Amino acid sequence: MNAPSIETRNLTIRFGGHVAVNGVSCAFHPGELTVIVGPNGAGKTTYFSLMSGQLTPSEGTILKGGTEITRLSPSARAKTGIGRAFQLTNLFPKLSVLENVRLAVQARHGIGPRLFRPASAFTEIADKAYEHLKATRLDDVAHLPAAALPHGDQRKLEVALLLAMEPDVFMFDEPTAGMSVDEAPVILELIDEIRKDASKTVLLVEHKMDVVRALANRIIVLHNGELVADGPPDEVIAMPIVREIYLGIPADEGAAA
Amino acid sequence: MTDTALASAPSADPARKGRMIVYVVALLIGLALAFAPFLFQDVRSNQVAARICVFIVLAASYDLLIGYTGIVSFAHTMFFGLGAYGAAIALKSMGPGWDAVLAGGVAGVVLAAILAVLIGVLSLRVKAIFFAMVTLAAASVMMVLASQFSDFTGGEDGIVYSAPALFKPAMKLMTDDAGKVVKLFGVSMNGKIAAYYFVFLTCLVLFLALMRIVRSPLGTVLEAIRENEMRAEAIGYRVVAYRTSVFVIAAVIAALAGTVWAVWLKYTGPDTTFSFAIMIDILLMVVIGGMGTMVGAVIGVVLMSLAQFYLKDLMEAAAQATANIPLLPDLLDPDRWLLWLGLLFILLVYFFPAGIAGTLMKKGGH
Ligand SMILES: Nc1ncnc2c1ncn2[C@@H]1O[C@H](COP(=O)(O)OP(=O)(O)OP(=O)(O)O)[C@@H](O)[C@H]1O
Ligand SMILES: [Mg+2]
Repeated sequence: MNAPSIETRNLTIRFGGHVAVNGVSCAFHPGELTVIVGPNGAGKTTYFSLMSGQLTPSEGTILKGGTEITRLSPSARAKTGIGRAFQLTNLFPKLSVLENVRLAVQARHGIGPRLFRPASAFTEIADKAYEHLKATRLDDVAHLPAAALPHGDQRKLEVALLLAMEPDVFMFDEPTAGMSVDEAPVILELIDEIRKDASKTVLLVEHKMDVVRALANRIIVLHNGELVADGPPDEVIAMPIVREIYLGIPADEGAAA
Repeated sequence: MTDTALASAPSADPARKGRMIVYVVALLIGLALAFAPFLFQDVRSNQVAARICVFIVLAASYDLLIGYTGIVSFAHTMFFGLGAYGAAIALKSMGPGWDAVLAGGVAGVVLAAILAVLIGVLSLRVKAIFFAMVTLAAASVMMVLASQFSDFTGGEDGIVYSAPALFKPAMKLMTDDAGKVVKLFGVSMNGKIAAYYFVFLTCLVLFLALMRIVRSPLGTVLEAIRENEMRAEAIGYRVVAYRTSVFVIAAVIAALAGTVWAVWLKYTGPDTTFSFAIMIDILLMVVIGGMGTMVGAVIGVVLMSLAQFYLKDLMEAAAQATANIPLLPDLLDPDRWLLWLGLLFILLVYFFPAGIAGTLMKKGGH
């Protein structure tokens, strides 16, 4: 298989006595969509935060394209091509939807030497931002403040910000949680698009089994911060340990079923 | 401008009207300041107009910190004072020339920039409250230094010096055939006029530079940092670097305003520059005008300055007019002006919770 784009080795973080992520070693490859499953509090979000740099590990290392990035700041990691959408919506509430996305485009492409021209004069940046708004069906509300959007649209904007970063590692943390049945497919189709690009690596935290089955090339299971299963979707879903801890079905019953 | 055109939803209309009002008021203030020597021909009004110009720059640069970027600093008058003392000390020791203004101004500005970098790099990583404490400490140390090194700074008495010859009242900018100074609309074209327009034009340039910064893509990044520092970092902005840069920019502009102030006043002392009373004034001006709006600074400064300079007069007149009515003259006694000023603040904050400009413009979708 091709070289991993992002990899963690023995990654561990402790909050006081509580070990939220415990010795997780795992590599993710371009062209691969890995779904991360695990019960509430398993450490999925914390694992993302360690990779995108909001948290610093107590032990272990993180590599991006073979280079160690364990101690880099989140902004430096964003520059290496790691992008993340947050589980809890995490926007710039008073800025407009367009400004939110434009900020991410601007961070990715820079604004060149014409630093002090009016922001509205940077049409290339605004055009790119509009593309991402169209893709997430937010172009109609481009001029509303982010805080004024309904929950579903805020979740979409969360994804639009990630798209605008144009990363090569995408981390989605329950992107469709709380979305209505007609909103979720827009986002899932976008993720499916990215999955088809052989140069992109996608990590997806998702609970809904139909979504997992439809998108996953691979599933890893976290439980109490530990990596307890890793493999192709059918195999992992069939594992007794997974059925027990994740689906809450006792191992013997699962076997019986 | 295209933004306003696109936001054509009916709900945007009151905000657009409010924005119109704010910009028209700011424009009128700008025009009044531009023609102040002709409109208000007494010495005190001139003094008030010049102070308003300088404080607009001071408050606007503070708004860049607190309103746009969300940095709470109490060291803004320290930077203002560095620019003022730089020019003052140079004018005193080198004599009243432009070389002294330049050398002193540059020295003050460079010192302000260096201090801002140090404070920024050392402490903009920490919690906002801790950063505010550091700036408070730095400003206090600077005040102590200014009063201790009285050989340089004149201590509590400050320094009195002359401005460049161009600004002397005896200077004739225009003369008639008889060699007498020309009067335009009843105003002598002497050095006082030159001094006022030096203040007005430098402050105008500095204010426009600030407007340019907040309207640029950099301005949006600063707002993003204020709104959600963690996400700004996550999408790739080095928050500490941006914060430090903006702290330095604000410090440099405050120092430049200080230099202009020192040249105008021909006196520099702790009370006109470093004092915490001025720091509180600036804070109130920005809050009353509307944080994160830039034009709010213009409105806040004018309102506060007029209240500070003319409320007493107004009350004096009101007390006399109501002399026959019981109780009222007592309440309107000029000695109670602070009480009324306080009342005015409370009413303003009650009716304009986001400041005058901020509330009128309903900041958000811009
Ligand atoms: N900053 C923190 N300080 C202390 N404990 C934390 C912190 N962040 C996370 N934890 C703990 O670490 C554990 C893992 O949390 P995490 O949010 O990663 O779980 P998760 O798998 O994403 O759960 P969910 O499915 O509910 O999103 C939880 O027990 C949580 O309380
Ligand atoms: Mg989570």
